[in-house]
Amino acid sequence: MPASTPEQPAVEFRGVAKRYGSTPAVRDLSFTVGRGEFFSLLGPSGCGKTTTLRLLAGFETPDAGEIRLFGEAVNRRRPYERDLAMVFQSYALFPHLSVERNVAFGLEQRKRPAREIRDRVRAALELVRLDPGTFATRRPSELSGGQRQRVALARALVLEPRVLLLDEPLGALDLKLRKEMQVELKALNLQLGVTFIHVTHDQEEALAMSDRLAVMNQAEIAQVGTPAEIYENPRTAFVADFIGEANFLEGKAAGRPGGEAARGSLEGWVITGDAGSFVVPPHWAISEGGDVRIAVRPEWLDLWRPGCLPRGENGLPATIQDLVYLGETIHVRVTLANGRVMIIALRNEGQLIKPLPWNRGDSCIVAWRPEDCQVLEG
Amino acid sequence: MTARRVPFAVSATAVVTYAFLHLPLLVLIAFSFNRSRFGVQWGGFTLDWYARLAFRPDILRAMRLSLVVGLLSTLLATAMGTLAAVALARYLPRARRAAGGLLYLPIVTPEIVAGVSLLVLFSWMGIALGITTIVIAHTAFSIPFVTVVVLARLQGTDHTLEEAAMSLGADELSTFRRVTLPQLMPGVLAGALLAFTLSFDDFVTTFFVSGVGSTTLPLAVYSMVRKSVEPTINALSALLVMVTTVAVYLADRLARGSTRA
Repeated sequence: MPASTPEQPAVEFRGVAKRYGSTPAVRDLSFTVGRGEFFSLLGPSGCGKTTTLRLLAGFETPDAGEIRLFGEAVNRRRPYERDLAMVFQSYALFPHLSVERNVAFGLEQRKRPAREIRDRVRAALELVRLDPGTFATRRPSELSGGQRQRVALARALVLEPRVLLLDEPLGALDLKLRKEMQVELKALNLQLGVTFIHVTHDQEEALAMSDRLAVMNQAEIAQVGTPAEIYENPRTAFVADFIGEANFLEGKAAGRPGGEAARGSLEGWVITGDAGSFVVPPHWAISEGGDVRIAVRPEWLDLWRPGCLPRGENGLPATIQDLVYLGETIHVRVTLANGRVMIIALRNEGQLIKPLPWNRGDSCIVAWRPEDCQVLEG
Repeated sequence: MTARRVPFAVSATAVVTYAFLHLPLLVLIAFSFNRSRFGVQWGGFTLDWYARLAFRPDILRAMRLSLVVGLLSTLLATAMGTLAAVALARYLPRARRAAGGLLYLPIVTPEIVAGVSLLVLFSWMGIALGITTIVIAHTAFSIPFVTVVVLARLQGTDHTLEEAAMSLGADELSTFRRVTLPQLMPGVLAGALLAFTLSFDDFVTTFFVSGVGSTTLPLAVYSMVRKSVEPTINALSALLVMVTTVAVYLADRLARGSTRA
């Protein structure tokens, strides 16, 4: 493989499309992944994230567009001609081979000397924290789910690939093990400098592990960004809803804030809907009289007694419907004037700040800062 | 399973059916140990007839030929049938339904038709009848059986194993050799045993395509019977039954084990 220039991204998709029969699996897919990045493809099942990974691995050929690895077009390359390795959701360990031979498979295929294979297999097993003395001779059927996962990881990493593909690698593990492996995978990514491309439908996992992620929906990328960008500035209602929890509000852009509601420095719009009026920050998608849809995260909302709204905050009158005590937070469901339900997450801060003792049926004001409105496109 | 009373009618039907199926074979095997030379009355136990088989050069020759034909046709049919199964399952999934029908056709074709058509084909092509034509014929009728057994096994294997091998740097050939084939092995072995059994006791097709001097064991038995019924035939037939029974039993066990694995 000719040396690629250092500024080429590890992975680049340019307008890639793939259809099965008449159903598009992915449409006009364009994104880049930097070297050493931990990049996640996140979306509900059937959104095309696995197809994207399979296109990159070479198990599928794109109908249109171009896929580049380190600057080289690889559209027509067979899977074994690409410098990457993959960890499968089902692990896909070879049942007729021992752990040692599973991990050695790729090196044997590359005709490495026996001594080198032995040393590298041992090192790879230690890297994923499996004791070679205990596990080398076992069959995959004699391993637990977590151990199989580690063998699959060792089998891929032993080849020192430049890109590692992970297809829902933690899907089959129980919660505690999953959290553990999340930390370990992230650590391996930093330690080895290998580019990780990770497919998952678990938004929490994607936020926790990724440097950047692409949210996919209906065969397209809805948004690409860092976890904070995606969480704090979702571009569409789908992204806002899929990542974390969101309350949605609609209304028409009635005019610029002024008079009592004005906070001086803030330029934005007053949105009037059937639940009341509120102020949103400036946004390119808003025009006078146009429909506006916003999302607000439950933890960015606060509750006040009627008539006690802090200056400069948005407030909508509501009635408490119920409270759910979750320990770390208290989820309060309220009904707005238009019947819409909103969820407010109050932090449980112990004796520091006791949330007011709200009861079902109490009148209240749902309050939040105008800057915390996420104006949605389309 | 809990012990449940089986109605008398059911067990009686079962006994009669099994008797109907296996009584002739049991009688044959029993008489192969009968000291009395002429048929029907019991003259005491003997292994004489089996011993005598060893001194019949014509039978030994036929046995050798049957083994050679069986091994060659098994080898060919297993290789071709396995490849056909892999091609159908992995590379031609859409052609599979149509091709599947064509595949079963030889299984249901009356054997006498198959025999006659092969004879016509060979004489049209000018191929001299002999061991070659027998091997070709046996390979042909064994392939579909092997393919069916291997296809069943393929259905139970995980295709992602092959993708995993490729992502680890194995090309198509290495993937087949190192991953697909080991997965299929129980099915392949079961298919091979089936093929050998079919070849070893085939009479009709072989009758049409064998030349002078290329007499397989079943043909030898037939010509012996035509001359005279003697107890060595019983012994020989009993041997044939035992060989095929063992082969079928093994094939069945392998096929079953493969679905459980």
